[in-house]
Amino acid sequence: MGTGIRTVELRKTFTSPPPAATPGRHLGFTMAGGLKRRSRKSVHVVALDGVSLEVRPGEIFGLLGPNGAGKTTTIGILTTKVRPTAGEAWIGPHEVWKRPVEVKRLIGVVPQTPNLDFALTAREILLFHGAYFGIGSAARARRAQELLERFQLQERADQLLLGFSGGMLQRLSIARAMMHDPEVLFLDEPSAGLDPQTRLLLWEIVRDYHRRGKTILLTTHNMEEADTLSERLAIVDHGRVIACGSPAQLKASIPGGFVLRLQFDATPPELLRALGALATVRELRPGAGGGVDLYADRGGALVGEIARLAALHQVNLHDLHIAEPSLENLFLHHTGRSLRG
Amino acid sequence: MSTFLALLARDARVARRNLVPLLIQVLLQPMLFVFIFGQVMTRSGFLPPEYKSLLLPGIIAISMLLAGIQSVALPLITELQFTREIEDRLLAPIAIEWVAVEKILAGVLQALAAGLVVFPAAWLIMGGVELSREHPGLFAAIAIGISLLAATGGLALGCTVGSTQIGLLFTLVLGPIIFFGCTYYPWSALESFPLLQKLVLINPLVYGCEGLRAALAPQHPHLPAGAAIIALLVWDSALIWVGIRQFRRKTIS
Repeated sequence: MGTGIRTVELRKTFTSPPPAATPGRHLGFTMAGGLKRRSRKSVHVVALDGVSLEVRPGEIFGLLGPNGAGKTTTIGILTTKVRPTAGEAWIGPHEVWKRPVEVKRLIGVVPQTPNLDFALTAREILLFHGAYFGIGSAARARRAQELLERFQLQERADQLLLGFSGGMLQRLSIARAMMHDPEVLFLDEPSAGLDPQTRLLLWEIVRDYHRRGKTILLTTHNMEEADTLSERLAIVDHGRVIACGSPAQLKASIPGGFVLRLQFDATPPELLRALGALATVRELRPGAGGGVDLYADRGGALVGEIARLAALHQVNLHDLHIAEPSLENLFLHHTGRSLRG
Repeated sequence: MSTFLALLARDARVARRNLVPLLIQVLLQPMLFVFIFGQVMTRSGFLPPEYKSLLLPGIIAISMLLAGIQSVALPLITELQFTREIEDRLLAPIAIEWVAVEKILAGVLQALAAGLVVFPAAWLIMGGVELSREHPGLFAAIAIGISLLAATGGLALGCTVGSTQIGLLFTLVLGPIIFFGCTYYPWSALESFPLLQKLVLINPLVYGCEGLRAALAPQHPHLPAGAAIIALLVWDSALIWVGIRQFRRKTIS
């Protein structure tokens, strides 16, 4: 029987700088008061604003959202790194912040930025990790060898990590997380910075681990990854879950499925009315500066009619982008923003 | 328990891998100091031969203090702020306070090892020094007290000092501690500086050096051994508390 994950109304407000998942990149946290102003004395960053999730035992569950949405903070709370301000987090039968040691026995964690022990060789990293979890020395050696082969690291197994490529570090990081055969595996942006080949290997490994009945929670801002890997996923933004379900369900929830992003030099009300009245257009959302998003059942087939309406109302159509049904559109639909920022 | 031992084994493996640089780090400076002050200055008559037995306890105390602080603080500073390497150990199935305790124990062992290496080396370089063998228990107690001071101090500093302030740590914190620590002179030598003599009593190294003097060279003036032990105990307990609290703060956000 696998182990599930449950969170109830998790909240986290950082009063010191939060642990950035992606150092150096822009952090999109909601600052209290709506202004990105940081007082000299205290930082007040709302990272999670009531996150409730239920991950079933043995499920691959994805957390999809832009940088700073609260994905890493959620994982941090579930993996005993970040103490929640309010709410509950459960791994199987244990409440994380009441029984952290029991929880640590059940989980394996792959952080976004590798935190491997640079004082040790690749093999030693696995062996000591096994020892921390009380695995006997013979079993430890056997398992480390298996993982090194599986992750194509055997050639460099007895070297220190200096000179390992990013992909190798990431593979070793995943091997380490699997070393003690945890019931629940957390992968924080597992394929960030990986080449396509390694990414495929990673996906294969994740699926394989899943087939053994393990629960996997992964975060990503890569739609393809969320779509192909997860059985269910939650879309998070600004510390909240804005949608949750299987990728197919979520995609089906977008009106029409296709999104046509149009850019005119002006949008007179008659034009908007005419666009909204086009056949198969489900929803129309005017944006700032002449932008219009059309949610429709058709994509390219609408272009001719749109161009005709533009000419009729004497406005110029500058730009047009057609997106097919995808999680990206879903994100856009719920937040009005593109996932890629 | 097996987790704790595995953490300790990991630190032992790393220390063994760095054995040669570690030995140089621990040995070189005290040996140079011992050679100049224990040999050059005494043989040329600028210092009396008795100075050797006064200096030796101080040198041992400094070496242990530096070895312990460096072995705990320096890796912690980078691991906590830079590489986050410590996270693997934080995820080991053990309360994180025990990870801090393991760091302390590893630091104590390294400080004791440093003392064990420096003691005979310094004794040899000075060409043999008359030392008392009458207080082995006191010697052991003070040595453990100093090691604990070094390891807990290393933990507290390592969890407090930023990676950009490592240089400051040495010049601003360790410099005054060493020079006002009754290392190269006995506490009684400060009699002509009454205010300073009282001020240095907050310095824990004073009790380490004076305690070792009481054990190894009791013919020189020194603070009462009991006072040294109690003061070291107070400092050690306070630093254990501060160190573990700082560690918790740094590792859980």
